Amino acid sequence: MNAREQLLLELADDELILGWRNSEWTGIAPFLEEDVAFSSIAQNEIGHARALYDLVGAALGTDADALAFDRSPTEYRCAPLVQLRLVPDWARTIARHVLYETADAIRIERLKGHEDAELAGVAAKIEREELYHRLHAEMWLERLAGEERYAAAAEELWPFALGVLAPELRPVLAERVGRPEVEAVERSEPGEEFAALWEEMTMVRRSAPVGAQW
Amino acid sequence: MVTEAAVWDALAQIPDPEIPVISLVDLGVVKSVAVEAERVRIEFTPTFMGCPALDAMRSQMEAAVTALGGEPEVDVLLDDSWSTDRITPTGREKLREAGFAPPAPRAEGATTLLQLQKAVHRCPYCGSAETRLENIFGPTPCRSLRYCTSCKQPFEQFKTI
Repeated sequence: MNAREQLLLELADDELILGWRNSEWTGIAPFLEEDVAFSSIAQNEIGHARALYDLVGAALGTDADALAFDRSPTEYRCAPLVQLRLVPDWARTIARHVLYETADAIRIERLKGHEDAELAGVAAKIEREELYHRLHAEMWLERLAGEERYAAAAEELWPFALGVLAPELRPVLAERVGRPEVEAVERSEPGEEFAALWEEMTMVRRSAPVGAQW
Repeated sequence: MVTEAAVWDALAQIPDPEIPVISLVDLGVVKSVAVEAERVRIEFTPTFMGCPALDAMRSQMEAAVTALGGEPEVDVLLDDSWSTDRITPTGREKLREAGFAPPAPRAEGATTLLQLQKAVHRCPYCGSAETRLENIFGPTPCRSLRYCTSCKQPFEQFKTI
């Protein structure tokens, strides 16, 4: 796997797993509008993951479903931030949402200018949809910014947020968020919290015979 | 012999799977049609990437070409060539008649939260500009929810992307 595939796979895994985590609010969000919002955001993120897996799949001779569901849990490259199971904690969920969307915007902006036209094109399309995620996050940040629980959650998740980005992009995130750069929680082999998600996420795929048509 | 005009006509008969008042051509997802003998190549530029209707659109386009006696080849474009500005004037009017407020035109620079809350969005039922944002997200990724304080009607607003 070359650097381009590695980069795309990290991004795709982040979007898939965050989409999965966001979808855990479906049906149980604090009120109906947020139920709809988190479900919609989840759907978008998983759509982005599919497009990115398609690109990697074309290069590796496989497809999006195989990359999303057929790898072993230790092969995923998602950032520790997106792996955290945060239901039913709304303050931590919003803190992750704000931090992730801010970090994601930085790398997508960078990718839009990539010399690889295919990659730049996907990034430009993703960016159009992500804008609405950021506006939603911004709205919640305005509401919760002065709350103690929110402040504690943002403080706790900050080192995780830095770990979403490559080291050279971290100063940009620190500036946008207005926090000093600290030691990041880096990507590493996923642990038990992720393994439980993986069990659930791949259950249907594993229970169906290879080549099943739906 | 399949002609490009016949393919465009056939695609204009396919309703959007989620909002059947508008056709795929009016939605602007067909970027180009090229015919070479029996081979019909369609460039399909999808709306939202996570839209579950994309696979249905694709297979319906293939079926329409096959029905004309052509061999379909649908290329899915993974770039930002689709935007809500591609929805045709006819398509926008059909959306409005069905109670979906058509998307505002894309503006220079990224939309801000303030614009989303304060910009004029007319109610598709009574035409009033006295409407407010209820939720950035709605029943599908492409829609927001607004409320008309004049006729007391909630309605779905197409997001501008």
